[in-house]
Amino acid sequence: MITAIEPTQVRTPAPVPTSGPAPVAAAAKPEPVRIACRNVDFYYGDFHGLKSINLDFRDRQVTALIGPSGCGKSTLLRTFNRIYSLYPEQRATGEIILDGRNILAASTDVNELRSRVGMVFQKPTPFPMSIYDNVAFGIRLNQRIGRAEMDVRVEEALRKAALWTEVKDKLRQSGMGLSGGQQQRLCIARTIAQKPEVILLDEPTSALDPISTGKVEELIDQLKSEFTIVIVTHNMQQAARISQYTAFMYLGEVIEFGPTNQIFMTPTKKQTHDYVTGRFG
Amino acid sequence: MTTANTAMPETVLAPEEAHWGRVRASRRIADRSLKLICTAFTVLGVFVLGWILLMLLFEGITALSPAIFTQVTPGPGTAGGGLANAIVGSILLTFLGIAIATPIGILAGTYLAEYARTSKLAALIRFINDVLLSAPSILIGLFVYTFAVAPLGSYSGWAGSIALAIIAVPVIVRTTEDMLRLVPSGLREAAAALGAPTSRVVTLVTWRAAKAGIVTGLVLATARIAGETAPLLFTAFNNNFWFNTNLMGGVSNLPVTIYQFALSPYGNWQQLAWAGAFLITITILGLSILARYVINKDNAR
Repeated sequence: MITAIEPTQVRTPAPVPTSGPAPVAAAAKPEPVRIACRNVDFYYGDFHGLKSINLDFRDRQVTALIGPSGCGKSTLLRTFNRIYSLYPEQRATGEIILDGRNILAASTDVNELRSRVGMVFQKPTPFPMSIYDNVAFGIRLNQRIGRAEMDVRVEEALRKAALWTEVKDKLRQSGMGLSGGQQQRLCIARTIAQKPEVILLDEPTSALDPISTGKVEELIDQLKSEFTIVIVTHNMQQAARISQYTAFMYLGEVIEFGPTNQIFMTPTKKQTHDYVTGRFG
Repeated sequence: MTTANTAMPETVLAPEEAHWGRVRASRRIADRSLKLICTAFTVLGVFVLGWILLMLLFEGITALSPAIFTQVTPGPGTAGGGLANAIVGSILLTFLGIAIATPIGILAGTYLAEYARTSKLAALIRFINDVLLSAPSILIGLFVYTFAVAPLGSYSGWAGSIALAIIAVPVIVRTTEDMLRLVPSGLREAAAALGAPTSRVVTLVTWRAAKAGIVTGLVLATARIAGETAPLLFTAFNNNFWFNTNLMGGVSNLPVTIYQFALSPYGNWQQLAWAGAFLITITILGLSILARYVINKDNAR
């Protein structure tokens, strides 16, 4: 159950029973690093959007990026799958290391990268095609698989996205006909159907009602057993509820980064303290 | 009212002191006269348009007969006759014209909207396209004449179709680009974020999202060229027989037939011109309704 929690009452993440990562509260040895940022700078034309970012994102943990509007948290997220490169005036320098490779290198195949690093956007973006085809879209890009196997993959993805029971009888209907919350879970299903390693979530619930938000948050909590998740959120309660690590950003810089409990309860920087207690931002 | 008056504070000015209506009279006159002038000119416009349409409906319907669809256009001084060859010729020319223009127009519009969005070249192409959009159609007819009629020594349906295609291309380029630009960039980003290369994003997502708009553009382009006369005068020309199956030699068509028959001294030719004009108008009306239907159906979804 997800309930609104005050920042001072941060819930300790439930222990994961499998051999997965240990909960942060008891973490003597942190999980391995999945994504490492080294001196990442970002420019929108002449505007210096990110300033020398150094951050580590832990494997199969939820890391939240918080901060006031325009602080660069979405910009940082958009470097991890290089989606910014759709726009010629945007560029990033430095190194972002994923599985031992610098993904900012010119030699990186961005399409392969994006099949490893999935992304879910603020506004649900179902494609103008059936629910089934929406989920199969990403798989079809990279793999040629038979009908039966595709059926299995689509069902698996929809189940993981907690949408299967709602749509199993209307897989042939347009994905645009679903409710906003269902559309967003469809987008999550579409992303996890590709079996990525990392899932980037850019304010995934800010366009959703509280009930849909609750469902998506529960989903994120379940997905972290399989995927490394980075979420940008404006909602600090949400960051406190679902993340294990939190980075507070301001004016293109990371002000403070650490376990979520620590960022919300005992922040070392005054700016962080003021922001998480709602005094500025 | 009396209670309201007694409740008023003492400082409230009397109506004569407050100068109510001091500026209102002149403003009211200006306001009303502008409204009157606008209405009058609207009525004038609608009246002229309505007159043309009513006359066309009246003369066109009285001129309609089964022979219109079964007999070929009559020679000078020959009684009776129909428009069968001109109708078929027009459908053929329009269809061929759109068939040539569609791939060029859609692909060029896609280039402008998806690949070259902000480049200088795209801005130049857009400008030239707009010029072409409003170019006098007789010029396009003459242009096609110089390379597709004069060298071959014969008018042909092919030349006519090319001329019509040149008229249709800028319309299709413009609507395709506009419709693709309406597709939210989030949809493109979402497709790219799944690892889709631009070609897949365009063919699988943005074209699909803009489908209704692009089809509407095609239908409107068809309506546009269905009634074009000038580009056909120098290219497909016209005659009173069934055309050759290879479309060489003159190909009869409605617009040029109307032009020639309406100017003729023969009563039956003038009647046929009315019937032809009626048919073209009805066709264009039908195509416009179809275009609206396609858009509405898409919006409803």
